[in-house]
Amino acid sequence: MFDFYGKRKIFFSISVVLVVATFLFAAIFGVQLDIQFKGGSLMTYTYEDNVDFNVVEKEISTLMGKINVNVQHGESAANGVKTFTVSLAQKEGLSPDDQIKVNEKLVELFPNSKIEVLSVNNVDATIGGEFLKKSIIAVIVAAIIMIIYIGIRFRKIGGWSAGVMAVLALFHDVFMVFAIFVFFKIPLNDNFIAVILTILGYSLNDTIVIYDRIRENERSMSRKLPLAEIVNTSINQSLGRAFGTTFATALAMITVAVVAGLYGISSIITFAIPMIAGIVSGLYSSVCITGPLWVVWENKFPSKNNATREKR
Amino acid sequence: MKKSKKWPFFVLAILILVSCYLVFFGISYKTADGETKVIVKGADSIRWGIDIRGGVDATFTPADGYKATSEEMDAAQSIIEVRLIAQGITDYEVYSDKANNRIIVRFPWKVGDTTLNAEKAIKELGDTALLTFRERKEGDEGLIPAFGGNVIIEGKDLVKAELAFQPNQATGANEAVVSFKLTPEGAKKFKEGTEKNIGKDISIWMDEQLISFPRVSSVIAEGEGIIQGNFTPESAKALADKINGGALPFKLETGNYSTISPTLGMDAKDAMVMAGIIAFVLVCAYMLIQYRLPGFIAIFALIGQLVFMIGAVTKIFPAYNSFTLTLPGIAGIILGIGMGVDANIISAERIKEEIRAGKSIDGAVSLGFERALSAIFDGNVTVIIIAVILMGAFGPPDSFCVKIFQPLFFMFGKATAGSIYSFGYTLLMGVIANMIVGVYASRAMLRGASKLKCFRKEWMYGGKK
Repeated sequence: MFDFYGKRKIFFSISVVLVVATFLFAAIFGVQLDIQFKGGSLMTYTYEDNVDFNVVEKEISTLMGKINVNVQHGESAANGVKTFTVSLAQKEGLSPDDQIKVNEKLVELFPNSKIEVLSVNNVDATIGGEFLKKSIIAVIVAAIIMIIYIGIRFRKIGGWSAGVMAVLALFHDVFMVFAIFVFFKIPLNDNFIAVILTILGYSLNDTIVIYDRIRENERSMSRKLPLAEIVNTSINQSLGRAFGTTFATALAMITVAVVAGLYGISSIITFAIPMIAGIVSGLYSSVCITGPLWVVWENKFPSKNNATREKR
Repeated sequence: MKKSKKWPFFVLAILILVSCYLVFFGISYKTADGETKVIVKGADSIRWGIDIRGGVDATFTPADGYKATSEEMDAAQSIIEVRLIAQGITDYEVYSDKANNRIIVRFPWKVGDTTLNAEKAIKELGDTALLTFRERKEGDEGLIPAFGGNVIIEGKDLVKAELAFQPNQATGANEAVVSFKLTPEGAKKFKEGTEKNIGKDISIWMDEQLISFPRVSSVIAEGEGIIQGNFTPESAKALADKINGGALPFKLETGNYSTISPTLGMDAKDAMVMAGIIAFVLVCAYMLIQYRLPGFIAIFALIGQLVFMIGAVTKIFPAYNSFTLTLPGIAGIILGIGMGVDANIISAERIKEEIRAGKSIDGAVSLGFERALSAIFDGNVTVIIIAVILMGAFGPPDSFCVKIFQPLFFMFGKATAGSIYSFGYTLLMGVIANMIVGVYASRAMLRGASKLKCFRKEWMYGGKK
């Protein structure tokens, strides 16, 4: 049997370090919003060869009236298609007329490179801002509903102190999703919202299973036994299931991430990798954090149930 | 304890495999005329989102900050619809968001069309419409008038058109008509036009698209006319909107649109389908190795859940339109494959535990599922809540979930279904499949299978050899 409570300091430290590192990283390098939320202009082209990206930046900047232009290029590992993406530093999307000018200019600059439009994304700042607000409200509503659900569910299985732990675990997992976006410098987009919401719904499951088990063992095991022992036993008993489910789900998402990576499908990469982080964090937080942290809490402020127990 | 039998295992296994074949390949037959009649739709009938098949999503507003009235927005929306149909694009979505003075359009590329210039298409959709009333071209005796006859009046001569009701001269019943009013100058031109064409038809065109060709039954001198026909109130309103479209004093512009080429999405779709197959095989292999017989049953249950999810997307019968599946929607299905074995894992772990504690196989199997049920319910309820929120916040304005969440999101503008909406849908369907197939079918199958002689070894359930 693995002593999760005994190793609690290591686990707590890992989580604290990750959270602090994410904050530092975010403070130093900043957190970017995708143009979906802030408005702007982004266009991706396929090409065959001989495109000088410095020339692209300079010419489009001149064409559009001296704005900042950034070009990034990539190549699909699976089928060798080469692409480059032009982003314009402005709040508004290009009008269709300007977009046509940009497209034509590129073909004119490199007539032999077979440049073709792959996708164009122009977002109006007002509409983007609305989308952002709507997303934030969706997350807040989901969080409130989850907390209410925890409140109802945990009345039976460990009281409000356990409920607080479950909420803490949710925040932990959501934060790890955020950490992926920060560390990989992915601008926050609609995938971020989709993953955050999914993890809010998904990661509670393991925590509930463990507390259900703790409740069961509190009744069946000796009333003198330290809470730490009961929690340890419960976690170990739930481990097979928690690991099995997480492994199967993560396996499916890892497959998605790898295939999307090979084919360069960025809309799916920025979905799958944060999802994997959230899924794995869901296992980690419910197994390594909430149980031991609850024991620490109950040892300090014992609830009625655990008042007669020895401390460890 | 209830006595269970072997047969549920075989019946369910065969049922799942047959429905799997049906949902992927469908049933269709050729009629004597060589037409293909579909009875059950296969996976090839899935309607792909524009992130896969390519297309345009654009939000238009009247140019120069013009504040359009509700009627003008209806008229502007009908111009866009007429133009899309003129291009041969029929599965478009158009919504007008009158509160925010916006019109939202989404349409996919026509199959096989690689030459379309997306930006030009968007621009032309928003252009001022040129409405003309024309007489027949010299020598045009066709049933339907051809374009190019002399112009009698055009959009600027029109004040407005609207739906009206008047008694039918023959039957006396009230019928829907379109009434229109012209400017004084338009009235003069129209008087001459109707005098010259009495008994003939005058055709009404938007750009080069014919929208109606009523017969002139009397001279219209006062600048107020009626178009009769077998209109319903809806069709009369639609024609009035189109005519008003030609009299709009503004054009539509957009700085908010996305276009996606069809090549990008189709490759991505194929890659994702491949990812799905690989993920499915990996999860099945894991289940089999880790959980043996319950794992083997889990594979059938997983196929059953996949059938449910695909069926929920195609909607199975030709009478229902397929749900629009986007790339995140496919990712949702794959996520469902991963999460779908949860029920089987919980019960398999519990069965293993009970067997190691010395329980009989039958006792362990029924106890395992009993204990698993509440955990599965917990996990699924929260994901269902989330999926409904996802669909409510990011769906198209006419969808069910958006309507129930309207009080929460009322202050935001409308939008077409983003790719997240599709993810929310497949996530929801995956969870429902998990509750139905994953729990109940697995239990019945495992109980049945555990009665077979060859499966009555404790090793099969994770016990010792």
